[in-house]
Amino acid sequence: MNLVDLGILAQLGLGLLAITLAVAVPAAHRNLAAGSAVVAVGGAAALSGTAALLGGSGTGLSVPIALPLIAGLEPLQLSPDPLGGLFMLLAGVVVALSALFGIGYAHGPAASRTGWAALAGFAVGLQLVPAAADVVTFLLAWEVMAVGSTVLLLADHATRRPVRQAALWYAAMTHLSFLLLLAGFGVLVATAGGTSWTTIAAGPTGPVAGLAFVLLVSGFATKAGLVPLHVWLPRAHPEAPSHVSAAMSAAMVKMGVYGLLLVTLRLLPAGPRWWALVLVALGAGSALYGILQASVQADLKRLLAYSTTENLGLITTAIGVGLLLRGSGQGGAGGVALLAALLLVVSHAAFKTVLFLGAGSVLHATGERDLDSLGGLASRMPWTATAFGIGAMGAAALPVTSGFVAEWVLLQALVHTRATTDRLLAVVMPITMGIVALTIGLGLLTFVKAFGIGFLARPRTAAAAAARESGAAMRVALVIAAALTVGLGLLPGPVAGALAGAVTATGIQTSATAGLALAAIGVVLDPLVLTLLTLAVAIPVLAVTVVLARRQPRREVALAWGCGVERSSPRMEYNATSYSEPLVRVFRGWLRTSRSVEIVRPDQAPQLIEELAFTQETVDVVEERGYRAATRALRRFGDLARRLHNGSIHRYLGFSFAALILVLVLVNR
Amino acid sequence: MIEPLLVIVVHLVFAVAITPVLIGVMRTTRARLEGRSGGGIGQPWRDLRKLLAKEPTRAPGSTPVLVAAPILLMVSSLVLCALIPLVSTLALASVPGDLFVVVSVLLLGTVALALLGLESGTAFGGMGSSRHMVIAALVEPTVLLSVYALSVPAGSAVLAAIVQSRREDLSSLANPVSLLAIVALVVVVVAETGRLPVDNPATHLELTMVHEAMILESGGRDLGWLELGSWLRLTALLGLVVNLALPWAVARDAGVTGLLVGVAGTTVKLLAAGALLAAVEVFLAKLRLFRVPELLAGSFLLAFLSVSASYLVF
Amino acid sequence: MSVGRLLRLITRVGRIAEPLPVRTPAAETAETHGLHLREGFTPPAALRGSVQVRHVDAGSCNGCELELGAAFGPVYDAERVGARLVASPRHADVVAVTGVVTQNMAEPLLNTLDATPRPRVVVSVGDCTRGCGVFAGSYAVAGSVDDLVEVDVHVPGCPPAPEAIVAALRTVTGR
Repeated sequence: MNLVDLGILAQLGLGLLAITLAVAVPAAHRNLAAGSAVVAVGGAAALSGTAALLGGSGTGLSVPIALPLIAGLEPLQLSPDPLGGLFMLLAGVVVALSALFGIGYAHGPAASRTGWAALAGFAVGLQLVPAAADVVTFLLAWEVMAVGSTVLLLADHATRRPVRQAALWYAAMTHLSFLLLLAGFGVLVATAGGTSWTTIAAGPTGPVAGLAFVLLVSGFATKAGLVPLHVWLPRAHPEAPSHVSAAMSAAMVKMGVYGLLLVTLRLLPAGPRWWALVLVALGAGSALYGILQASVQADLKRLLAYSTTENLGLITTAIGVGLLLRGSGQGGAGGVALLAALLLVVSHAAFKTVLFLGAGSVLHATGERDLDSLGGLASRMPWTATAFGIGAMGAAALPVTSGFVAEWVLLQALVHTRATTDRLLAVVMPITMGIVALTIGLGLLTFVKAFGIGFLARPRTAAAAAARESGAAMRVALVIAAALTVGLGLLPGPVAGALAGAVTATGIQTSATAGLALAAIGVVLDPLVLTLLTLAVAIPVLAVTVVLARRQPRREVALAWGCGVERSSPRMEYNATSYSEPLVRVFRGWLRTSRSVEIVRPDQAPQLIEELAFTQETVDVVEERGYRAATRALRRFGDLARRLHNGSIHRYLGFSFAALILVLVLVNR
Repeated sequence: MIEPLLVIVVHLVFAVAITPVLIGVMRTTRARLEGRSGGGIGQPWRDLRKLLAKEPTRAPGSTPVLVAAPILLMVSSLVLCALIPLVSTLALASVPGDLFVVVSVLLLGTVALALLGLESGTAFGGMGSSRHMVIAALVEPTVLLSVYALSVPAGSAVLAAIVQSRREDLSSLANPVSLLAIVALVVVVVAETGRLPVDNPATHLELTMVHEAMILESGGRDLGWLELGSWLRLTALLGLVVNLALPWAVARDAGVTGLLVGVAGTTVKLLAAGALLAAVEVFLAKLRLFRVPELLAGSFLLAFLSVSASYLVF
Repeated sequence: MSVGRLLRLITRVGRIAEPLPVRTPAAETAETHGLHLREGFTPPAALRGSVQVRHVDAGSCNGCELELGAAFGPVYDAERVGARLVASPRHADVVAVTGVVTQNMAEPLLNTLDATPRPRVVVSVGDCTRGCGVFAGSYAVAGSVDDLVEVDVHVPGCPPAPEAIVAALRTVTGR
């Protein structure tokens, strides 16, 4: 019984405690009690995960379980390996931060008994997915996670219609993923004869493995929100309460990534090249599509949800590139690419948590989610603005955040490919780099838009003008998450060293100043030294500025320059829709944007204009062309099938007769 | 340890000293070709000195971004000059100035300007910011791919190492990989620094502005830093391109003679390239904003061909 | 025009800027061109050698604008004396005002001036800026520029010659 097992048992125990507190404690103290218990659950998972990551694999914990009406259920096998440990740690930290935020944020249905109990159940399920050591445990934990998150999503369903639709899409897609996983694992279990990972890993090859790969990757890609299975993400994540959105976006979708890594590195290692190409194509397409959609959104939480698709796409691309390189005999660079995938996972968890919690803080203070109605929040909510700014820098991969380090490692892996004899690599690597680069550029635009329009300039509505900074619990969660985003970026050496073990990447070293040295490809990055260099360069500039400021102090003027006329209306500012207008024009073919202009004229003077309203809507192309077309086809098929049910007993007797003849013919063969 | 630091100091002093001269040479070249006299090569220096001595202003409701953005732009431009091999190819061991680090520092300056534009709260600022970011996003793939192409024969993505390996291997200079990548980089320099045909730095019509629009609200000292920061980006990027295209007369280490030769060589190359750029600008008109993506897509194609050629052919 | 033709035009025409007169002290330049300097006006030390000009049309007939445009054109080339036109008053040191001040332009003119960082100089160009010229007494006129702001350098003429405008800018820059 080592630390890992202790942590897992603690999670289960604390989870039960949290559920009990959620149900028993009266509403006045429920947030604090249940929230603290869920924070403890997260902490236990973090502890357990760290221990597993740093080498102490679980000793094979077996937890007996009894479900009503189901007899003969084998005990749960919970034994995380270093990779599982990493994802447990990640899930634990994110859950802890979300619950901490929730203590201050949860109100209405999210603060009810069901709300907190569901959060506790969701947390336990989420954290046990990477700990599972066999198929049944994995799928059970997966379902608990899915059910918990669906219940949490439905928190506001009584007041808002989009919530019900979102929950429907989410439930359908998540169960689609479950069915695909069940099918995939079923194939593997049938071939291997046992359900634990070790038994399965001994492994099938050939077309069976290919079939299992396709099924499992589809299932995990749905959970990870990769295009074309992403349609639930931009609906579900915005409608959930913000602390739940953070947990879903930063931790739950990562379980899809964990699944992909499990399949490609542990269960079906050494697969053919086309597997890696599938992952690269899926990832690159998702990344580009996700960020393109994100850049034209005006709803802040929807923007962040599409950004999650983008980041998951980048992670999948990194995994694909790593597998491709390993399969081509460039193990060093391949290991670096897989390390990049894990760094992207960790950094995305950090900055997405900050961003969603920040969006929650803004929603709490102003009641608005639409960037076109915000503005001027930097002076009214300084803590939230700073934290969101740091998160935005991480999302845009600017120095020196964790996002910057992760992108750097990915680009180094791509650049150091040796492809002089391998035509496939020579074509795939530059295309991948081009797509990654475009994604980075568009990500920069998206997050400058999100931060600049939401927080800078002047407030566009009275709600934004009346905003006040959030409470202590929310602020602490924001500060911790922002500190993680920057801290992981300033000290990449130790972080990467710990992660390297999870994907057996070699040659990862730490320099004297906690920098990252990738000996396998011979490159070095030292963010701390870069920061010191920047500070050293900044000192003369600041010194000159201070000296000049004494001589010529800043003068307060009455107006911003707007051609001399008084511009008192903040309606003259650029808003989110106008900011992305050039981009909409450039990518007109890829984004289906519909615009409408409504004009109201005064009755007495029909040639004048009294009011003008402009609306722009961008629909998700995949949803329009793919899903709606599929549902239409399904409906037409249903109509066709319905014609068989015309009520005539003669036709029904005819069917039975034909079926009987068919069975007799087949049986007599 | 001390030698790379010396090189960095030389880079910074050199960049700050040569930048106003470079802008002066470009403006004078343009003026002479247009039949005017122009203000002389020292005019940008005088402009800068005057701006730094004037008072900045602050409208009500503005945030610290108004004060911080010019300084951030200035600092990021200086760091860029420190990392790019302007005078010597001796790089700091732990922050060697490679592909993505240099581009990220460049983007930091881009973001500072964009936020400044939004901060002003006027329609012009938002418009400039929006256009600036769209152009930056579309230029990004070209930058990364062209440096990638040049890094393949050199075996390293560190800019200093690329310049050094090109100097040692002359055959790498004349082959198509090199030429395509350099042409793509020239388009990148034009787009990133806001020169014709992407943006007219001397326009007064707000609807045609990209860079100017973001700084309409800043005056005095703020404007001084913004101008110097933008000019330093031009020096750094143009210096990078000329040192990649003509890698001779760049110092190998931190020896005194080497540095002097490096300073002299880069000065000559930089001023000649600046004059050439300005001369070409006389014959160009600004492209309509929605034609700029076509130009950038063309440069991306060149960069992509360059990378493929470097792998498959050379 | 094709590149070849443009090149031939450039080489054939060469420099068309007229030679700048020899620099003289401010009082003498003022007398030569008939400029009126404010009593006790000394050009600010910070503006020595470099001046950015923001032009405000407070309600002119555009005659002065044409001359101002010619002053910054290739023939008279005000850039030689260190002056340049800019789009925003925040970037400017000199506010060059032309025309009478109409009712609608009174407040914008004052706002423009307020938006200009100090040290700043006001140069008024044309007879309309001092005593309203031919538009005196009109219902649309709020006054002359002299009435509303403190003018530092006045360039008389209807319209003034471009040489006078360049000379006025020279008294500020001292080049």
